[in-house]
Amino acid sequence: MEKATKDHAALAEAFNQDEEHVNWHDGALWWIRQKRDIAAKNIPEWEQLRETASRIKSNVLSNLHDYLLEFEANLTKNGVTVHWAADAEEHNRIVYSILKAKEITQMIKSKSMLTEECHLNEYLIERGIDVINSDLGEYIQQLDNEPPSHIVLPCIHKRKEEIGEIFHEHLGTEKGVSDPTTLTRFARWHLRDAFISRRAALTGVNFAVAETGEYVVCTNEGNADMGAHLSDIQIASMGIEKIIPKKEHLGVFLRLLARSATGQPITIYSSHFKKPRPGQEMHLVLVDLGRSRQLGRPDFRDSLKCIKCGACMNTCPVYRKSGGLSYHNTISGPIGAILAPNLDMKRHADLPFASTLCGSCSNVCPVKINIHDQLYQWRQVIVQEGYAANTKVLGMKAMAWTLSSPGSYSTIGRAGRWVLNNIPFAVNNKFNPWYKQREMPDGPKESFGEWYAKNQGDNGSEKV
Amino acid sequence: MTVGLFIPCYVNQFYPQAAIATLQLLQKLGVEVVYPPRQTCCGQPMANSGFEHLTQDCNRLFLENFSEFDYIVAPSASCVLHVKQHLHAPTNPALAERTRSRVYELVEFLTDVLKVENLAARFPHKVGIHQSCHGLRGLYLAQMSELNASPFSKPVQLLNMVDGLELVDLDRPDECCGFGGTFCVAEEAVSVKMGKDRVTDHVKNGAEYITSVDLSCLMHLEGILHRNKSAIKAVHIAEILNATV
Repeated sequence: MEKATKDHAALAEAFNQDEEHVNWHDGALWWIRQKRDIAAKNIPEWEQLRETASRIKSNVLSNLHDYLLEFEANLTKNGVTVHWAADAEEHNRIVYSILKAKEITQMIKSKSMLTEECHLNEYLIERGIDVINSDLGEYIQQLDNEPPSHIVLPCIHKRKEEIGEIFHEHLGTEKGVSDPTTLTRFARWHLRDAFISRRAALTGVNFAVAETGEYVVCTNEGNADMGAHLSDIQIASMGIEKIIPKKEHLGVFLRLLARSATGQPITIYSSHFKKPRPGQEMHLVLVDLGRSRQLGRPDFRDSLKCIKCGACMNTCPVYRKSGGLSYHNTISGPIGAILAPNLDMKRHADLPFASTLCGSCSNVCPVKINIHDQLYQWRQVIVQEGYAANTKVLGMKAMAWTLSSPGSYSTIGRAGRWVLNNIPFAVNNKFNPWYKQREMPDGPKESFGEWYAKNQGDNGSEKV
Repeated sequence: MTVGLFIPCYVNQFYPQAAIATLQLLQKLGVEVVYPPRQTCCGQPMANSGFEHLTQDCNRLFLENFSEFDYIVAPSASCVLHVKQHLHAPTNPALAERTRSRVYELVEFLTDVLKVENLAARFPHKVGIHQSCHGLRGLYLAQMSELNASPFSKPVQLLNMVDGLELVDLDRPDECCGFGGTFCVAEEAVSVKMGKDRVTDHVKNGAEYITSVDLSCLMHLEGILHRNKSAIKAVHIAEILNATV
């Protein structure tokens, strides 16, 4: 999907060909939004927690350099090898070189959106290293050769029957079996082999504590722990924005994360990794990949506060009704739409427009990122940088000219209403996207301005 | 107190009855209202499409028309929010700031400035409120479901004063309708699906009318209702508050 040439609107239209599936997808995500609401409303200090988290992250973004060096020093003290990667290529090269040095050809990987962004799996597979995603949703997506459609719920767009088909095809389950418990047991049985036999495990990082040099990985399945604890080589990949200053701040973020993501009071496993056990090697790769460039954009730097809970996706009606894959980017939904243009503005020029600017995202966000304001700002930047279609530029210029001149506006308004009344087929046709599934408004005989001139005199004194 | 009546461009052309209701309602409440005839558009359609830099003439015209009034009132949350956030005057920033602070959406003007406590209105129908997102999350006309905060609703406060009116509860009380300005044509499939789902919620819960503080939402929902030959009608809140059947 990363190579998609179609834009969000076209991919969303394709997604909407199966309305019953859209209803199901919308309902599944809305159910999670409702669970999140209940969890958030059970905590009287919820809004204060959001504000606190947002401010801690502001502090982090303003002092990132110092916290990163502190974190690195503590990691080193704890016996963890630290690597720095400027981009995806460098990250992938570092991971590969760690594995190659130990002649490892198989790795197990828990959920990490960063490695998805880096396309690590493809890179390693091309070099003869087999990678298995151990998060169940990501495992399913990997079997189906599709990227995740949601950062927390990677295969939320697939129904259990589709998953049953995939298991039948790739794992040899009986055809027609779609019971989630049966399928999960089957996946567990397959994965257990990988957990036991693979010498290298890679995890993502949810929070990296500068003052202690430890990092926290949150999973519901315990798959990160299984991989990491059984490995000889443990690797963690993290974006540089994942730092928090102190361990005590985890009390703020862990309370927000699970409630925002799924409505759970706490993630099942919040595992702290600090030092290698005897005989084990631990590596941590700190990755920039556009983060420092985004940090330098005043209007967009707060997007780096994201803790990847996915709440903005669950609440976004556009996301729910278009599916994560229609965003053709690793991070989809509203947060993806403000992160992606930083990485490649031309390629992702459509994403900030895939929103009604309804503002729900900004108000569920546990770290209070002003997502919808940033979507508006990205639109301005994308147009200024010349990534808007020429037809749109001409249209907008014409519209601005008409609407800024009272004379031309009333002439065109009168003409428009006349057309609606007298030759409706001039606008009610297949070239008008409004008319495809909606009627045009009725064209009233007179505008309010005309009515007012007739019926009310100067300064509002009534004539009739 | 003199109020400048700001009637958004598309309301002026397509929904004069809502503008007339707004004017009559304000006059009934004893407000002196003036409609500056040379007004056009606040510039929002361009700005939300990424062309805010083309809205300088709209801003200049808006200030010419409205900067002298004590209050500026419009029957549109979306246009009001745009003016409040984006009306600028490079040569006279103080004038722009003062004007921005005097712009009110009709409902908030009635509840917060006029402090209306009763209305001589009658509308004996079952009504569902479609929350305009810009009214809800931009102007805070009501509490949004996302926050853990005390509930309130200015539109409900006023509609409760209308004789015979019965409000219906919706399954999703503040979900976006999918209009979204140029989104409604640029993302036609998603826009329509969002609108259809809002309509279904009102139908399912027995509404005879869908009302809102924004005609842009209503124009979109009405387009879907008309296409489906639905008996449900879309009506601006000013028309209900001004109704005396």
